[in-house]
Amino acid sequence: MVAGSVLRSLVSQVMGGALRRPALSSFSRGMQTVTLIPGDGIGPEISAAVVKIFEAAKAPIRWEERNVTAIKGPGGRWMIPPDAKESMDRSKIGLKGPLKTPIAAGHPSMNLLLRKTFDLYANVRPCVSIEGYKTPYTDVDLVTIRENTEGEYSGIEHVIVDGVVQSIKLITENASRRIAEYAFEYARNNQRSSVTAVHKANIMRMSDGLFLRKCREVAEDYKDIKFTEIYLDTVCLNMVQDPTQFDILVMPNLYGDILSDLCAGLIGGLGVTPSGNIGANGVAIFESVHGTAPDIAGMDLANPTALLLSAVMMLRHMGLHEHASKIQTACFDTIKEKKVLTKDLGGSSKCSEFTAEICRRVQDLD
Amino acid sequence: MAAHSAALSFSKIINPLWGRHLGNTVKVFGTTLTSNRNKTFNCPPPAKYGGRHTVTLIPGDGIGPELLNHVREVFRFSCVPVDFEVVNVNSALEAEDDINNAITAICRNGVALKGNIETNHTMPPSVKSRNNLLRTSLDLYANVMHCQSLPGVQTRHKNIDIMIIRENTEGEYSSLEHESVSGVVESLKIITRNNSLRIAEYAFQLAREKGRRRVTAVHKANIMKLADGLFLQCCREVASGFPDITFDSMIVDNTTMQLVSKPHQFDVMVMPNLYGNVVSNVCAGLVGGPGLVPGANYGRDYAVFETATRNTGKSVAGKNIANPTAMLLASCMMLDHLKLYDYASLIRNAVLTTMNETRLHTADLGGQGTTSEVVQSIMRIIQSKGQLTAEF
Repeated sequence: MVAGSVLRSLVSQVMGGALRRPALSSFSRGMQTVTLIPGDGIGPEISAAVVKIFEAAKAPIRWEERNVTAIKGPGGRWMIPPDAKESMDRSKIGLKGPLKTPIAAGHPSMNLLLRKTFDLYANVRPCVSIEGYKTPYTDVDLVTIRENTEGEYSGIEHVIVDGVVQSIKLITENASRRIAEYAFEYARNNQRSSVTAVHKANIMRMSDGLFLRKCREVAEDYKDIKFTEIYLDTVCLNMVQDPTQFDILVMPNLYGDILSDLCAGLIGGLGVTPSGNIGANGVAIFESVHGTAPDIAGMDLANPTALLLSAVMMLRHMGLHEHASKIQTACFDTIKEKKVLTKDLGGSSKCSEFTAEICRRVQDLD
Repeated sequence: MAAHSAALSFSKIINPLWGRHLGNTVKVFGTTLTSNRNKTFNCPPPAKYGGRHTVTLIPGDGIGPELLNHVREVFRFSCVPVDFEVVNVNSALEAEDDINNAITAICRNGVALKGNIETNHTMPPSVKSRNNLLRTSLDLYANVMHCQSLPGVQTRHKNIDIMIIRENTEGEYSSLEHESVSGVVESLKIITRNNSLRIAEYAFQLAREKGRRRVTAVHKANIMKLADGLFLQCCREVASGFPDITFDSMIVDNTTMQLVSKPHQFDVMVMPNLYGNVVSNVCAGLVGGPGLVPGANYGRDYAVFETATRNTGKSVAGKNIANPTAMLLASCMMLDHLKLYDYASLIRNAVLTTMNETRLHTADLGGQGTTSEVVQSIMRIIQSKGQLTAEF
């Protein structure tokens, strides 16, 4: 019993360490390898924009471009191409553009496949108000951390009798503990002061009760971080009235899905929201969460902000804070100036012009 | 007439007793006993004696008791012909006797006004939420909330007018959970064709009655293909019977995002239980907070009125700073249900006029007013209308 808890804390310390330090295997002459997955639709152009901006910022990143269109593996199961998997396993860090989910291709959604392949258990979305992109909500600065593997999205559904369907929500001790630990580690690494667990344990007594218990247990090991609990409906109610009262929110899958999109809506939508997925074994894939926008693909009209901010998140994750701040400042300043903005931000410039402006600012900041 | 009312009362006795033990079957059985389904929804109970109605009052916890006292005060002052039968429910007890008494009282009276009963989730999981028990036992299948921006209240978005109809008895709130293996808990979300059809039918009927143009179904059928897929399919089926009303659907996460950026695109929304919880709280927040919006729970035979966001408000209880608007507007909805329309409009107008006065705003609206000041102002406005009133 005691040995178990000692082992658990050892494991979490090692894991915490792994999260803080970049993977050593890809550390060569200061350059770190990142697997770049451009994606579909506007994916390639926004990825190119990000690569250009990183070059201008002289970030020590070596990009390895890979395609993740599903292929049928030996056992008949769908999987991502082996070279993509090998590249990710080696570099441990990935940046992904939007992926198309084909309707009748027979294989599950690509995002789901990636999640299963790398056991991406935590979805992290920092939502910070962008100065210069006006929304009714100002001063938003919160992070939603969502458990990404189980909960309501386990996909286990049955038709009991004709006309009665049951869908199973699965909550396990291990997954709950893992996400709670990640949340507190994130809080510590990013100097955040409080973690709030979102739940509906008044109705779902056992499942959300278990999630809450695990969060409380993990909170004991992080006495420097304030831990609070709040009902899902109370969060929704308070979030739209005063979002500044929240810091880090940790929650199971469905609530996380809804709340992270709600918070994205507060700061201006999916076109400006970064997102990161953290997996076991130190893997982390950062992505833009908007769609592929096939109607404007290839026309140099896309807004690379979401992917850029996700890439900035990636830099911070890798410990390259200086470059991260530089690029973020350049991006925010460009938006604040309002002179060169893409159509969705209210301007009329092209993607390449927007990118060039950010590159110029990054170089000026040097 | 006598046979009809006898059948009605017979079913009232049978349903609550059997409802909780036999599940779906009793709903089928109960239907065959009662009169035809073409009756208008929410037929109020007949006035009991001398033109006065009896309504069950459940004070609940937190701010419930004080707000309901204010409701009684206003009713007594305005000489509303309603008598309240108070039933207390102690949320600290594990036994279900209290809530069963309350349910029996509501069966007897047909209408109730309630505060929120706290659920202490440190108690063992076998102690279910009392509010949920009440809703499922009485089969209050539709939770209706009308979110309207009030002119006197400052909010980020103006002129919001959304009706939210939420399935109130099944979905994620079935309270069916078990620990299959140690450390692994399963919680069942149940969606049935009957209930989905019923709530969709209710939503479209209400939309037609109120002259609304569009009904939006909120779901997550891309992930929960069978469960929410069934719900969506039922909504579509019902929609085909209402060609004058536009029907569309939206995924719940996109819905919340749209609500905070462009809330004016929504008209009437219908959805399963949990999404209803999220969306109704977001909308309540958009129009000014939990203190302003009333909610109603309708079943075939019963109606229970409460605040829309069902908060206990423990942090503001007993301090005379709670906002009585939501509870008073809920009581007006109850008066409308009892067909006492004149009293309902009288009190409602008084409440809304008072809300326009920024000076009287309570703490939740950013003001300094106290609950009693607000209530006094309401009573003063009622008196000025020249109707019969009691003494102050």
